[in-house]
Amino acid sequence: AALLAGAAAQAEIAPSDVAIADGALETPVADAPGDAERGKAWYADRGLGNCMTCHQNAALPEISFQGDVAPPLDGVGARYSEAELRAIVVNSKEVFGEQTFMPAFYRIDGLKIVRKESVGKPILDAQQVEDVVAYLKTLTD
Amino acid sequence: MNRYALGVGAAAMVVGAAALADPNTDVALEIDGVAIKTIAASAHADNPIGDTLISGWHYRNDETRALQLDDFDNPAFLAVELGRELWEAADGASGKSCADCHGGIDGFAGLRANMPKWSEAAGRPLTLEQWINWSRKEHQGAEPWKWESEQMLGMTAAIAVESRGMPMDVQTDGPMAEWFEKGRDLYYTRTGQLDFACASCHEANSGMMLRADHLSQGHLNGFPTYRLKWQGIGSIHRRLKGCVQDTRAEPYAVGSDELVALELYVSWRGEGLDIEAPAVRQ
Ligand code: HEC
Ligand code: HEC
Ligand code: HEC
Repeated sequence: AALLAGAAAQAEIAPSDVAIADGALETPVADAPGDAERGKAWYADRGLGNCMTCHQNAALPEISFQGDVAPPLDGVGARYSEAELRAIVVNSKEVFGEQTFMPAFYRIDGLKIVRKESVGKPILDAQQVEDVVAYLKTLTD
Repeated sequence: MNRYALGVGAAAMVVGAAALADPNTDVALEIDGVAIKTIAASAHADNPIGDTLISGWHYRNDETRALQLDDFDNPAFLAVELGRELWEAADGASGKSCADCHGGIDGFAGLRANMPKWSEAAGRPLTLEQWINWSRKEHQGAEPWKWESEQMLGMTAAIAVESRGMPMDVQTDGPMAEWFEKGRDLYYTRTGQLDFACASCHEANSGMMLRADHLSQGHLNGFPTYRLKWQGIGSIHRRLKGCVQDTRAEPYAVGSDELVALELYVSWRGEGLDIEAPAVRQ
C-alpha cells in the first residue's frame, strides 16, 4: 500500500468512501480513464445502466421505446461538468435529493432487502461509472 | 402533469418513440349492460393519489382494453368456468361442495370488494385465497389449494365476477388499523438495489413511460387479472411480488403478512373504483 501512495489520486475509490461535495465529484472512482464506447454499451445494457428506461437520448435512435419519466439527456455533456456528471451517476440522491427516482449507481449503503446476488455490489462498478461519464460527455447537442 | 413535457416532446420527435403517455379516459367499461366505474372520485380526501382514481384498464392499449369488453373475448373466463365447476364439486371429508353449504355463488356478491377482511377466528385479516382455504379446512375438510394453483385462481376469479360493478370497500379501522399502517409504511419503503418504493412508480410517476411500460396508479380492482405477459391469470400477490422483485429485491412471499398489509392499503387507495375483475392487462 505504501508503494501506491504516490499514485493515490488514481486509486479506485470504494462506494462507501465516495465524498460528493456541492453536487460534484472531481476524483474519478476508477484507476483507469473512462472509455465512451464502452460507456455507451453500459448505458444501454438492461442489467447495468438501463438509462433508456427513464431517459430519452436522440443520439441512440436505434433504441426503441425510450422512457420519459426523466429529463432527456440530449446536450447533457454541455450542461454539466465532468465532476457533476460523475456525482449524478455515482449517487443521484446526493445531487437531486433523497426522493429522486433515479437510482444511485455506485452506492451499497442504506438499501433494504436487496436480492442476494446484488448485496454489497453497486449497480455499476468503478470502471463502468467512468465509462458512462465519458459517454455522457459526448452528448453535447 | 408532465414535468418534462417540453423536452420529452422534442426528443420524441427525434427518437420516434412517440408512445406517450396519458391514460385514455375517453372510453368507458360496460360489460353485459353493467357499467363499471373505472374513473372515479377518490372516496378519501386524504388519498395521496389525489381526487381522481383511474383504473389500469385506461392505461392499456386499445387491443388489450377490448378483450375486457365482452366475457367471450376475455381469456380469464376459462378460469372463471373452472371456478364455477369447482363450486359444484364435492370435495374433502365432508363430501360436500361449496354450493351444498353456500348455495349459489352469487351469494358472495360484494365479498371480493371487501378483501382483505378481518377474521375473528384467525385474529387477523385474510385475503380471499386465505378465506377459501380456511373454509376448505374448517368446513369442507379438504386440502388447501396452493395460492397460484389453477383451482385457487379459478375460484377467486369466479367469486370476484360476482362483485363486478360493486365499489371497493375495505375495513381499515379497529383491529385492521395496524395492518393498514403497516401497508402504508411498506408502500413508501424503498427496496432493492434499485431503491424504489411502490410510490416511486405508481404515485410520483403514474402516467409516464418506464421504457415501454405505461405506469398506472397501481390499483387492485381488476384482480385476479389475466396478463398477456404471463399468458395466464394471476393473483394480487403474484403481481405485487413481481413489482418488488423488479427493484432487485428479495421479494416478500406470496401470502406473507407484508403482502396482506400492502393489499389492504392499496385496496383503500382504490376506494371509489368498482371491481372489474377479471381484468386483462399487458
Ligand atoms: C428509474 C429512473 C432513472 C434511471 C434508470 C436513470 N435516471 Fe437519470 N434521472 C432520473 C430522474 C428522475 C432525473 C431528474 C432528477 C430528478 O428530478 O430527481 C434524472 C437526471 C439525470 C441527469 C441530469 C439531467 C439534467 O438535465 O438535469 C443525468 C445526467 C442522468 N440522469 C443520467 C443518467 C444515466 C447516465 C443513467 C444510467 C446510467 C440514468 N440517468 C438512469 C431518473 C433515472
Ligand atoms: C360444510 C360446509 C361448507 C363447505 C363445503 C364450504 N363452506 Fe365455506 N363456509 C362455511 C361456513 C359455515 C362459513 C362461515 C360462515 C360465517 O362465519 O359467516 C364459510 C365461510 C366461507 C367464506 C368466507 C365468507 C365470508 O363472508 O367471510 C368463504 C370465502 C368460503 N366459505 C368459501 C368456500 C368455498 C370456495 C368452498 C368450496 C371450495 C366452501 N366455502 C365450502 C361452510 C362451508
Ligand atoms: C420500478 C417500477 C415499479 C415499482 C417500484 C412498483 N411497480 Fe407496480 N407496476 C409497475 C409496472 C410497469 C406495472 C405494469 C403497468 C401498470 O399497470 O402500471 C405495474 C403494475 C402494478 C399493478 C397492477 C395494476 C393493474 O391495473 O393491473 C399493481 C396493483 C401494482 N403495480 C402495485 C405495486 C405495488 C403495491 C408496489 C410496491 C410494493 C409496486 N407496484 C411497485 C412498476 C412498478
